[in-house]
Amino acid sequence: MPNLLPVPMLLAIAGAAVALVLPRRPGVQRLVSVVSLSAVVAVAGVLMWWTNQVGPVALWLGGWPEPLGIALVADRLSALMLFVASVVALCVLLFATGQDSDEQRRETPVSIFHPTFLLLMAGVSNAFLAGDLFNLFVGFEILLFASYVLLTLGGTPDRIRAGTTYIVVALLSSALFLVSISSIYAATGTVNLAHLSVRLRDITYPVQLLLEVLLVVTFAVKAAMFPLSAWLPDSYPTAPAPVTAVFAGLLTKVGVYAIIRTETLLFPESPVNDVLMAAALLTMVVGILGAIAQAEIKRMLSFTLVSHIGYMVFGISLASEDGMAAAIFYAAHHITIQATLFLVTGLIERRGGTSSLDGLGGLLRVAPVLALLFFLPAMNLAGIPPFSGFIGKLGLLQAGAADGSALAWAVIVGGVLTSLLTLIAMAKVWNRAFWGVTPAQRPQPPLDVVDADGVAARDPRPMPPLQVGATMALVAFGLALTVFAGPLYEYTHAAAAALRDGSYLAAVLPEGVR
Amino acid sequence: MTANLALAVTAGILVACGVYLLLERSLTRILLGILIISNGVNLLFIVAAGDPGAAPIIGTATPEDTSDPLPQVMVLTAIVITMGVAAFVLTVAYRSFQLHGHDEVADDVEDARIRHLAELDDPSDSYEDTTFSDTGEDVVSE
Repeated sequence: MPNLLPVPMLLAIAGAAVALVLPRRPGVQRLVSVVSLSAVVAVAGVLMWWTNQVGPVALWLGGWPEPLGIALVADRLSALMLFVASVVALCVLLFATGQDSDEQRRETPVSIFHPTFLLLMAGVSNAFLAGDLFNLFVGFEILLFASYVLLTLGGTPDRIRAGTTYIVVALLSSALFLVSISSIYAATGTVNLAHLSVRLRDITYPVQLLLEVLLVVTFAVKAAMFPLSAWLPDSYPTAPAPVTAVFAGLLTKVGVYAIIRTETLLFPESPVNDVLMAAALLTMVVGILGAIAQAEIKRMLSFTLVSHIGYMVFGISLASEDGMAAAIFYAAHHITIQATLFLVTGLIERRGGTSSLDGLGGLLRVAPVLALLFFLPAMNLAGIPPFSGFIGKLGLLQAGAADGSALAWAVIVGGVLTSLLTLIAMAKVWNRAFWGVTPAQRPQPPLDVVDADGVAARDPRPMPPLQVGATMALVAFGLALTVFAGPLYEYTHAAAAALRDGSYLAAVLPEGVR
Repeated sequence: MTANLALAVTAGILVACGVYLLLERSLTRILLGILIISNGVNLLFIVAAGDPGAAPIIGTATPEDTSDPLPQVMVLTAIVITMGVAAFVLTVAYRSFQLHGHDEVADDVEDARIRHLAELDDPSDSYEDTTFSDTGEDVVSE
């Protein structure tokens, strides 16, 4: 069974290789990528079930003596993240497959898109399953490299502009990550996470604090925490809809996952938590204020993405089992919902001709199914009961109240406010895009409507059935998170408890190396 | 283990120079900055490796006399990644040059929009410039 651990990476990389050598056979390419991603979903599902039965499992690659080699580790947290991420990636891939040939040529040229997309998934799997810091770094680099290519697909002026900012910020955070790894290696002589959790206890407190701050800042850039979040709303909206959806769902959450992993395993008692809590408050409030000011749906959603990262960071900063369980639940919920909303925006762009609210209207009458597909995840994002967004937020607020410090109460107030403001932002999209009359029927049609891509409004076109189907599947998955919230919440509770009970260390280093 | 001060200082200087270049507008200079930073960081790994010794090849020296091979492996990986990044950033810079005739990094769209609004001195839609019908005074006094 431990031999399953490298399979998600192998499947994705092998799929990418096969897809890369078949540029002339788009049909086969699509089949290969869909099959390999489906297999990743299946493996992740098995890992999730299995870690829930037996706890964390580890595999030492290459047969090196134990603390030296490269370890892959899956516990409940990483298996859940991997499962949700691969389901979302599969739906997004189906969505991209459903584009017609004209759109494909412009947005997702198959010969490049499919191999790169699979490599992105390989990087994400590697980051989730990495058992040492350097392998985590390699996972980040694989997914970042794939994301550079996906973000600048086609090389249009706007994508090059957005891509430049994104690449430079990502490179800077990677350099910072390397600085942290080399400092940690200098201080402790290991990069294995489980081994570090033992050795970090022995070094002096100021050095520990320095190492922790280095790691947290690195991951804060990746997770887009305020004040290190300015790169995100500027770079995501210009990419094609499937690319933005998978970025919004997965990339920032890998950063959140890395924060959870290092904070619980390496630095369980730390004064940085208060700083994280203040950053969570600012991330929520500043992000959502940015969202309200936008008149372009993709930009608005990018700002809500930043804002809702704050909820997860809040759960982490509470450093309690309840807070951590709620943060993990919220991460699973947010991966799904944010990706769904970006896919729906892709459909709105098709049906309405643009994603700018100035050029939209009356979509409820024209496309009632689309209205439903937007309404469900939008309400879920805003945290309206009984959806999973409400359950996750409630869990976070309860854990915050249990903490009881003044700062925690401030974040609770900020969290409720952010939830309300998210509702306002979503209601704005609903009012202007779905209600009212179509722009052509208005007395004064708007003159020059351009979307985030800098592209003028196109003629509305019907939505391809496969795209609607893929979006529906993702909406249904979001609803399943709500329906099965009880078992899922138990699972995340067990995951949060396992983060601190030493089972990770026991699974990776059963012989207890010093 | 004793750390090598000269190497550490050199790494610091390289990173400082890199940060200076990174703050430039031209993408080519930014790329040079990134390359210099990554070289500085690679030196940090060598510092982390501790005392230098014989080449870590089995059979050439006793394990006590060799230098630590692990940081060297990490530096190799980092060098390969930096090379790939450099190639990609160069293509982006070249594409930018093709499109605009230069490779300067443009402003954030949001920034540009807000500055544009400020230049127009454009009030929001909800602002109404009205006067009282009887006295002709401005409703909004200065």
